[in-house]
Amino acid sequence: MLPELFFAYFAVTITGLSILVITRKNPVHSVLWMLVLFIHIAALYVFLNAEFLAAVQIIVYAGAILVLFLFVIMLLNLRKEEIEQKFQKQWPLGMLAGTLFILFFVIILNKFAVFPAPGEYSIQAIQGEGNIMVIGKVLYTEYLLPFEIASLVLLVAIIGAVVLAKKKISE
Amino acid sequence: MPGTYIPLNYLPVLIILIVATLVGLLPLLLGIILRPKRYYPLKLTPYESGNPPVGEPQSKFSVRFYIIAMLFVVFDVEAVFLYPWAVAYDRIGLYGFIEMIIFIFILLIGYIYVWEKKALEWE
Repeated sequence: MLPELFFAYFAVTITGLSILVITRKNPVHSVLWMLVLFIHIAALYVFLNAEFLAAVQIIVYAGAILVLFLFVIMLLNLRKEEIEQKFQKQWPLGMLAGTLFILFFVIILNKFAVFPAPGEYSIQAIQGEGNIMVIGKVLYTEYLLPFEIASLVLLVAIIGAVVLAKKKISE
Repeated sequence: MPGTYIPLNYLPVLIILIVATLVGLLPLLLGIILRPKRYYPLKLTPYESGNPPVGEPQSKFSVRFYIIAMLFVVFDVEAVFLYPWAVAYDRIGLYGFIEMIIFIFILLIGYIYVWEKKALEWE
């Protein structure tokens, strides 16, 4: 009963906060609501026995990605009239895309999703050894290649940022 | 929900989050409820010899901030990967050490690239 209650609270709040994020006129307000949203998602991760992911959600998303969002908003510095002109006529198309996505998601979930039997990492096993310890052990042995590829993705992000913004700097 | 459980260890975190939110919001809420609301033009002017505002509140930011923010995100993620590595270091030993050296070396290439492109210089 209690887990369902908590999950219901977070599901409803996350939906409400998402709507708040996309309906605010001021983009800075949107970003601030997104901060609350990210913290709620982190709490959801805690309930799914993914404590490390919850911490990463706070550190990376609430700490770093939101700062990036804020900088982009300040870089663009759109005035109110421009925002209304550019972005507020697209909502029917956005609604359509969103509805199609949900439909697609539900169909996939019903028809094709396979829920595998619980593996060796049950909640008790993870609790016994410690969440981060288990992640460290699995990530750096079994998932070595994806981990090293992640560094290449990050490298691309660095180079991409410099290439995109370099012209302005050399002026 | 399969896999959902009540993380009782996190009860203190929940309590401190609630208390922190209340400490932040309660004074503001009390202020809204208690303060008199009588505004007139003179009252809304800047206090004493403050300058009247000029231009818009938002000003255009330099695009350099974008690079700084992007670098912050990238190296933040790198630091996050160091946590489980450090915790599980005993178990993975030399193998994990070499792995992490490769990981950091690849990111170091990116750092040297940024340095050489003079993207970090402010002028």
